[in-house]
Amino acid sequence: MSYELLGITVLWTFLYGYVIVASIDFGAGFFNYYTTITGKGPIVHKVINRYLSPVWEVTNVFLVFFYVGLLGFFPSVAYYYGTTLLIPGSIATILLCIRGSYYAFHHYGPKKATWTQFLYGATGLFIPASLSTVLTISEGGYINVSNGNVSLDYGKLFTSFYSWSVIILAIVSVLYISACFLTYYAHKAGDTEAFDILRKYALSWSLPTILASFLVFLSISHHNWEHFSRMLDLSWMFILSSLFFLGAVYLIWKKQRLGLSFIFVMLQYAFAFSGYGAAHLPYLLYPYLSIYDGFTNEAMAIALIITFVAGLLLLIPSLILLMRLFVFSNQYVQGKK
Amino acid sequence: MVEYDPVLYSRILTGVTLGFHTIFATLGVGIPLLIALAEWIGIKRNDLHYHVLARRWTRGYIISVAVGVVTGTAISLQLSLLWPNFMEAAGHTIALPLFLETFAFFFEAIFLGIYLYTWDRFKSKYAHFLLLLPVFIGGGASAFFISTVNAFMNSPIGFNYENGILTNVNPIMAMFNPATPTKVTHVLASSYLTASFILAMIAAFSILRGRDHVYHKKALKLSMTVALAFAISTALIGDLSGKYLAQYQPEKLAAAEWHFETEKGATLIFAGSLDENNKVNRAIEIPYALSILAHGIPGAEVIGLEEFPVEDWPPLVVHYYFDWMVTIGMFLALVAFIYFCMQYRKKWNEFNKPLLSAIIVGGPLAMLAIEAGWFMAEQGRQPWIIRGVMRTAEAATTSNHVDTMLILFILLYLVLAISIVIVLKRVFKASPLEKELKKQGIE
Repeated sequence: MSYELLGITVLWTFLYGYVIVASIDFGAGFFNYYTTITGKGPIVHKVINRYLSPVWEVTNVFLVFFYVGLLGFFPSVAYYYGTTLLIPGSIATILLCIRGSYYAFHHYGPKKATWTQFLYGATGLFIPASLSTVLTISEGGYINVSNGNVSLDYGKLFTSFYSWSVIILAIVSVLYISACFLTYYAHKAGDTEAFDILRKYALSWSLPTILASFLVFLSISHHNWEHFSRMLDLSWMFILSSLFFLGAVYLIWKKQRLGLSFIFVMLQYAFAFSGYGAAHLPYLLYPYLSIYDGFTNEAMAIALIITFVAGLLLLIPSLILLMRLFVFSNQYVQGKK
Repeated sequence: MVEYDPVLYSRILTGVTLGFHTIFATLGVGIPLLIALAEWIGIKRNDLHYHVLARRWTRGYIISVAVGVVTGTAISLQLSLLWPNFMEAAGHTIALPLFLETFAFFFEAIFLGIYLYTWDRFKSKYAHFLLLLPVFIGGGASAFFISTVNAFMNSPIGFNYENGILTNVNPIMAMFNPATPTKVTHVLASSYLTASFILAMIAAFSILRGRDHVYHKKALKLSMTVALAFAISTALIGDLSGKYLAQYQPEKLAAAEWHFETEKGATLIFAGSLDENNKVNRAIEIPYALSILAHGIPGAEVIGLEEFPVEDWPPLVVHYYFDWMVTIGMFLALVAFIYFCMQYRKKWNEFNKPLLSAIIVGGPLAMLAIEAGWFMAEQGRQPWIIRGVMRTAEAATTSNHVDTMLILFILLYLVLAISIVIVLKRVFKASPLEKELKKQGIE
């Protein structure tokens, strides 16, 4: 495996990790607010907060980690995306700032106000929408390059069918992934009331998820045929993804093996996400930037890979500890600790 | 109407973000040391006051951490959005510590999450205390790595650069450049100093308001002891930073000191003003002091700005930042020293009004010194973003609307600043000390 491929695989894996943990967090924020205004708040808040409070900061780090790694391995990304993404990037940054700080203000402050919950819920939908535009732009067709200057064509971006289908998929996925996880978590907590509500959310967001995925398939075939045809070459990954989707929904429907059902959800996205990513290669920004011409020098690549391996040796045990104490500790989940 | 200049607006926006982030980053690096000491002393002496102290400091700390985390995310994203050419070059040369910093931050975030929610979960008290060590180490390591990046911008080595092409990159050398030792230690020591003065300020304020509970006195003693240790080390490292500058960035030192002509036995200029011919007026002049600062010898030669083309001069306003930083540093050391002496002699009362007032003023002043230091460091490097390699103007984005983004971010920081004050007030109002002491079974 070349350094380029190794680098992008590692980064893609981290981005996938971010998609999962951030979706749980974003969706939880939305459900938190939604249940408050529909009067079901008290039933589900406990489950949501018990999970979110110790891990919210960790979620944020996944994104920074992916982003810094991307700059390290592929410095030219900074030039292309940095120049074009000033406005969407700044808006996403502001939303992330609002979300992170108001979560902390709300959570660690003594007074619980509905408007901080609103901020937390609304940003949870706007952030994935604004971040997903990066993937949209990477398909090409939205950037103008003239006299060495790159700029983003906003008119095209906002009127494009593909762009909107990605935004819809991003939002729907967030709600689906989050509801599935919280269903499992509520089940673990033995909180049947919360479980019933969250299970209903999970099931009702499942059909929209699969519809939105087909929508993206359809629109990508119009927008970037080359990418679409490479995705067809990898169609087994998308078929597997769909099967895991069916499995997950079946288990939630039947209220059986909910831990396994969430693993199926993760596999559903793992296959779809890597299928999409692998078909996207070698381009980081179609057609201007590929992983081969944007790659860093060899010395830096080796240094980063060594750091990465050493860092994982430190992080994985720490993450396991965090998980054992909070996510997988029955006593904690049930509120006994 | 001012003409739109993306370089200028990018500089202002970066300055605003960093200026805001620095407050929380400094506290984020510094406060865990004090919490750890409080918790450790509490266990050692079996003194629950210290235990409560650690708990209360943590409660305020976590809120400032949240703002530190989000503004840190903001600055890291802004580096690419505002300085795409710089980040491309930095990616090739100095990406290693940037990457390491995220690991350190990751490590810190995980254990902070655990620490916060496990106060009463373990049988051994030490187990909970030990969880803070990764937070302390992670915070320090973050500061270390990110400061090496800044050091690299001041003294870039570890690569060859010819006709716009980078070759022979050595990431380790780039990280451990000549500016690294003084930069890193100065950042760390001043963070511990500032954090302890901010906490001392809170304790002194309570005592001055007539709350004479021994808890506050213990808090004051602990934080002022740490302050004294780091006031001294910050000053010593500051002196070494002067020697680093004299050797590697003489134009920065010369600009900070308004030292125009190369000479032996150079005079140190304090305060004053410049006229249009760069003549210094109404300054306090200390003979030989600049030579001592630069080389440790009264007669040593110090390079003046005359040896550099005028377009490469840093803005001369950095002189005032330098003066502010040094004056405040001296003031803090003096206050900490007086407190130490008065506390040491049992006959003297260290809780007198003037001293407590000085400690209270010391908190915000310490933060101001941090800001002044960073303004001096960043503006003193101009016109370069990577000294001698890339000019700031070449590094900036060419995008439109940086001015609009500037306004949005200023609004964001204003809202955050107001919110954090309100939230902190509420947090401590909702659980007064007396209530918390009772809850822990004391009094």
